[in-house]
Amino acid sequence: MPASSDHAPARVLGPLATLVAALTLLPVVVVVVRGGADGWSAAVDYLVRPRIGELLAHTGWLLLLTVPAAMVLGIVAAWLVERTDLPLAGLWRTLMLAPLAVPAFVSSYAWISWQPQLVGLGGAVLVTTLAYFPFVFLPVASLLRALDGGEEEAARSLGLGPLRAALRTVLPRLRPAISGGALLVALHLLAEYGVLEMMRYQTFTTAILQQYAVGFSDTPGSLLATVLVGLCLVVLALEVAARGRRRVARVGSGAGRRADPVPLRGWRAPALVFLGAVAALAVAVPVVMVLRWLLVGQSQRGVDLSDLGPVTLSTLALALAGGVLAVALALPGALLLARRHGPLAILLERSTFLASALPGVVIALALIGVAVDVAPAIYQTALLLVLAYAILFIPRAMVSLRAGLAAAPPELSEAARALGARGVSVLTRVVLPLAAPSVLGGFVLVALAITTELTATLLLAPTGVETLALAFWGAADELDYTAAAPYAAMMIALSVPLTVVLRRQITKEG
Amino acid sequence: MTPTLSRRTLIAALLASPVVLSACSGDEKYVPDPEALQIYSSQHQNVTEAWARAFTDATGIKTQVRSGTDSSMGHMIVQEGDASPADVFLTENSPAMTVVERAGMLAPVEETTLEQVGEGRAPSSGMWTGIAARSTVLVYNTSMITPAELPASMMDLQDAAWAGRWGCAPGGADFQAIVAGMLVDRGEEETAAWLEGLKDGAEIYQNNIATMKAVNAGEVPVGIMYHYYWYRDQAGTKEGSGNTELHYFGDQDPGAFVSLSAGGVLATTDKADEAQQFLAYLTSPEGQEVLVSSGSMEYPVARGVPADPALPPLDSLDAPLVDPSALDSDKVVMMMTDAGIL
Repeated sequence: MPASSDHAPARVLGPLATLVAALTLLPVVVVVVRGGADGWSAAVDYLVRPRIGELLAHTGWLLLLTVPAAMVLGIVAAWLVERTDLPLAGLWRTLMLAPLAVPAFVSSYAWISWQPQLVGLGGAVLVTTLAYFPFVFLPVASLLRALDGGEEEAARSLGLGPLRAALRTVLPRLRPAISGGALLVALHLLAEYGVLEMMRYQTFTTAILQQYAVGFSDTPGSLLATVLVGLCLVVLALEVAARGRRRVARVGSGAGRRADPVPLRGWRAPALVFLGAVAALAVAVPVVMVLRWLLVGQSQRGVDLSDLGPVTLSTLALALAGGVLAVALALPGALLLARRHGPLAILLERSTFLASALPGVVIALALIGVAVDVAPAIYQTALLLVLAYAILFIPRAMVSLRAGLAAAPPELSEAARALGARGVSVLTRVVLPLAAPSVLGGFVLVALAITTELTATLLLAPTGVETLALAFWGAADELDYTAAAPYAAMMIALSVPLTVVLRRQITKEG
Repeated sequence: MTPTLSRRTLIAALLASPVVLSACSGDEKYVPDPEALQIYSSQHQNVTEAWARAFTDATGIKTQVRSGTDSSMGHMIVQEGDASPADVFLTENSPAMTVVERAGMLAPVEETTLEQVGEGRAPSSGMWTGIAARSTVLVYNTSMITPAELPASMMDLQDAAWAGRWGCAPGGADFQAIVAGMLVDRGEEETAAWLEGLKDGAEIYQNNIATMKAVNAGEVPVGIMYHYYWYRDQAGTKEGSGNTELHYFGDQDPGAFVSLSAGGVLATTDKADEAQQFLAYLTSPEGQEVLVSSGSMEYPVARGVPADPALPPLDSLDAPLVDPSALDSDKVVMMMTDAGIL
């Protein structure tokens, strides 16, 4: 046997990973092909009209206002928590991540039931900013905590004040974290449906669901979806440009040291008020409103919890199946990346990310089309829904797996092979056990995303299957706040572990 | 057990779980039960389920309901074509049924069933039957507007004087049925002009309930909706309608349009007999009684079955006479798209 036996797994992994990438890109292809079904000029006629301009403007304003707002909020909060002598930093760290445990459409339900006049762009920006700023906070906080304080000190020794030293040395190194977080916010905004429907603010995603409602999965819906795909590509390209090429890592571990906390002095009170207000608006409002409606429902007619159990169970079953499938599908690509960092591996990884930038509704539209035409046997089955979940959330599994597999050095696989183990048994006996925590981490991330997924579920849920998100949406859509509350409470309860997992992600690096 | 071993067990369990899950998915909730009558329904879920239960109790025939919304379900059946699992289709409004009818996918409804239904409560084609009815109304906020100031016709709402002062839910099939009625009654030109007025002057809501609550909250003085949401709320907490009253246009105005909920049997069904029995049951006095007592506040359509006493009699509403076969929802969607509403 030649020494570089890694060629063998690559021969298997390469095709497998390519298959997965093809699967994830399938929805894009289907949507574009369907959109062009009536010919080029029909497509142009449909797309070049005032209504599309209106949707573009709406979507554009939302991005233009929410993304910067979420960035500022996330960066300021992260800096206060990780780099100053703020009291109770641990508590604030948790509170700044807690909005992730509240699905955005649940917060909008809380806001609109408390302040019904909050409709249109203003309400949409408020709710999405509060719901999504943790996507910026998380990477920035964990990088701020991990960054070496030495450079900042050097800058200060050269005569810069603390603020300018931070701006000159820390901020540039935060660029990838900030732009990565902003990218997530932007992609979530493009895909957002529940919040915007409730706030009566129409974007491409709400228009696609409306098209689906009037015409099943027809050409206009696919055309709108194609525009949305285009917008996703623009956002992805902007992020690559914004990220820059500056190095974050240092060569050699050296003797890195934590930066000294910046004393807030007179700014301590305003800082506490600021973080307190953010926490109150982003976490307390939804939680209090959900509890309030639970109590109102309880006193009015007694909360009918008979549906909650089965609905929770079917949600968990879908989350389990989707989580497992996503992890399994991410595995070949992640292994390939961990072992052979060639251009093919990188291309495959990027392609799964592109697919995941697509809103659930686009994936669902495409899968409905394919299933009806090609595979009627899986149409309207849980299998198709689970497949959609897997395609949507493979990158979450991928990110986690890559980190974990990096911890399983190839030398150990080599050693196992030298001792006579073959491919699959090397995988199950050496590699996977070492990567187990990250496998589980990836699974949890995917499962939690599935628990609150709305648009793909709306279109693909099989006959008789009700999920928490569907049950909540059904009631909230009719403005029946009391009936929606138990499902909202259950979704929040199930999402709490996510916050715990993520919080660990910040602190373990410090 | 070493930690590695337990991890390995965990991973094995995780990887094996799809197999376990797929074995469990024989659960009747996840796949169509081939023995059960497959009912595709965009009628309100609680009403459909009450009907399906009562029918199963009465006949022993198993039923399974797939819920959806009017247009999407109608088009879904057409796309499924011969492979459609559906045996029976029930809609909230009739245009979705007309979509399926025009695709040639319906079997004629049995004569005896049609005879149970009142005059004008089924299409001239005989390919489906009405199973319930609902009337268009104008809901108004009594503290914002007096009855004397109300529009005489729904067509008046396109006037600049009403701009920003009325609400509706044009994205839903309910509203599209009303526009389809207008299209038959007033023709393309008038309807297109009215839709332009809507685009410029109406506040857009998700659905009838949101429209009613907006009027109740004083966001707009008046709104177009169907009657029964209001009566249901009045019968309950009045939370969403306490500040409002209903205005019936009457006078065969497009705003007095009565929409039929429709029931049809798919031509492709292998349970034609059971499917026809189901429609016969829905339109029988017994089945219509299920509708009335469900609290849905929709109108029964069978001869001799009275509506809930809270409702003004259906025959007193002076609705425009429209053959439901003529309602063209695809055309309406196209016109609404042209007007920039969809």
